[in-house]
Amino acid sequence: MAKTLFDKIWDNHVVNTVEGGTAVLYIDRHFIHEVTSPQAFDGLASRNIPVFRTAQTIATADHNVPTQNQHLPISEPLSKFQVDKLIENCNKYGVSLYGLGHPYQGIVHVIGPELGITQPGMTIVCGDSHTSTHGAFGCIAFGIGTSQVEQVLASQCLLQLKPKQMRINVEGTLHQGVTAKDVILYIISKLTTSGGTGYFVEYAGSTIRNLSMEGRMTICNMSIEMGAKGGLIAPDEKTFDYVNGKKYAPKDAAFDQAVSYWKTLPTDEDASFDVEFTFQASDIMPMVTYGTNPGMGMGVRQSIPEPIDPANRNSFDKSLSYMGLHAGESLLGKEIQHVFIGSCTNSRMEDLRLVADYVKGKQKAPHVKAMIVPGSKQVEAQVISEGLDLVFKEAGFDFREPGCSACLGMNEDKIPANEYCVSTSNRNFEGRQGPGARTILTSPLMAAAAAINGKIIDVSLD
Amino acid sequence: MEKFTLLKSTAVPLPIEDIDTDQIIPARFLKATTREGFGDNLFRDWRYHPDGSQKSDFILNNPIYKGAILVAGRNFGCGSSREHAAWAIADYGFKAVVSSFFADIFKGNALNNGLLPVTVSDGFLNKIFEAIENNPNAGLEINLEKQSISISNSSEVEYFEMDPYKKICLLNGYDDIDFLLSQKEIISTFEENNRYPFNPIK
Repeated sequence: MAKTLFDKIWDNHVVNTVEGGTAVLYIDRHFIHEVTSPQAFDGLASRNIPVFRTAQTIATADHNVPTQNQHLPISEPLSKFQVDKLIENCNKYGVSLYGLGHPYQGIVHVIGPELGITQPGMTIVCGDSHTSTHGAFGCIAFGIGTSQVEQVLASQCLLQLKPKQMRINVEGTLHQGVTAKDVILYIISKLTTSGGTGYFVEYAGSTIRNLSMEGRMTICNMSIEMGAKGGLIAPDEKTFDYVNGKKYAPKDAAFDQAVSYWKTLPTDEDASFDVEFTFQASDIMPMVTYGTNPGMGMGVRQSIPEPIDPANRNSFDKSLSYMGLHAGESLLGKEIQHVFIGSCTNSRMEDLRLVADYVKGKQKAPHVKAMIVPGSKQVEAQVISEGLDLVFKEAGFDFREPGCSACLGMNEDKIPANEYCVSTSNRNFEGRQGPGARTILTSPLMAAAAAINGKIIDVSLD
Repeated sequence: MEKFTLLKSTAVPLPIEDIDTDQIIPARFLKATTREGFGDNLFRDWRYHPDGSQKSDFILNNPIYKGAILVAGRNFGCGSSREHAAWAIADYGFKAVVSSFFADIFKGNALNNGLLPVTVSDGFLNKIFEAIENNPNAGLEINLEKQSISISNSSEVEYFEMDPYKKICLLNGYDDIDFLLSQKEIISTFEENNRYPFNPIK
């Protein structure tokens, strides 16, 4: 029978099937971080059981770490306790940790691919909803809760019902100034914040094929923002080239063997999906969000619409009122106070090169506070080796150390109440970047332009 | 995990759609390393002013509405995978959440903590909201064995879907982890028969 990419990986990982069709699914790689793992380790301790397969779990500290002075002890006591707890648990259970100060430390979804831990055909989980990022390599990768973190630590497996499957095709050439981030924000604006719930998404089509691996990661990263369990893209030569030579990638004959297996993974031509959508790249403009979920997005030259579903009126009005915006309004020329460039969506080298290229020789608007947080120590080192840190500093941007930072407002990097932040992150929820903060999601290019101009502009006309 | 069989209770209505887990428990409260105590900060920024005083117009601060069932608008629990959201709701005292649509990860997290997510039709959800609006003491009855939810003192009843495996777990108070630990031999055999052709991590 014809199979999808998802079917092939899924079928290769089913250990057993139980009541009602639930599968015992084998997990190849498990990433953990300081925020969603301590209670899982406590569970192991209370049952007095070990980590079943220590070599397949990799830890880093990212969500709750400062992005300045990482060489000093963490000053906030609760954060320090949580990060220390991760170190203690990793030592006790024999799990590899790329913690603060380690040259491989960084946002969990940035370090997995850059170290070659993420490889096509794998099942990958992490106690973080943006685990879907790894799907860019042709993996079944999804976010899990802490009870499931404990299950994977204890058994290297999870109990899972097979989700339905959706294919989203994007065809054609993107306009000048339109990037992977705009593509995914456009898709979510069309399918809504819950349109993918219950589905695993395969992204396909010429536009997706033409994206770099980093662009594909940005696409897969935001699958959860339409409710999808995850998203994946068929591995191809770009994927193999990216993985080749990475620290934990297979080497020599093992790599060739792996590639010949990876080449068998793409969806068979006559395989079918539960639902399929096709979008045209030419319809996609630089995107901005105007509301408090990532589905509330529009092309930067459009105006905020009226709610599509009248039953949704109260939630829609609540959202616009929080944002200080109203239906019919355009965001072009809207004055903003903050710019945040970072997060597991857009903090990789390609993102930062694009920003550097735009801001080089320019100055940020005097009233704007602009922060760039690299995704990992390796990205940070590369930025410095290319001299881009100086470009950022000369343009008035604050170049920080790696972490999740103002994407989720867990550490001290927060946006003040009622102020607008143009952010390259993935969520514009109420209070996400700090209580009362108003987030406008965009691409790194749009964010860089907003910082320089002090207001939202259309980079495709710039 | 606690067993879940039958729940009769009044309910707290929260007719807002797309409630994300950042609203249920904001990230700045995720620094705790235990599962307890998150209920104090449930819906923190909707429930309290920045100075810590209560917002009188938020439903949890209205003494008229109480009970062990939270009834919320569609797409409840979207966003972050933080299980702290399920812990916060359970820690506050809720035993079930009723909505017309749940985000996947939240639903799984709730089930792993004995908090029952009950998915009803949009129409039935509106009937529940109306019943509570007319009478805050209107009760709901959730019967997991029968997979039914009814509005007390009325003939309104609806049957909900439930993963058969998770139903057994909840009715008996079993954890997934108990089951997975019982599978270790099968898992080891699977590993031997499916040697991944690639390098291990270390």
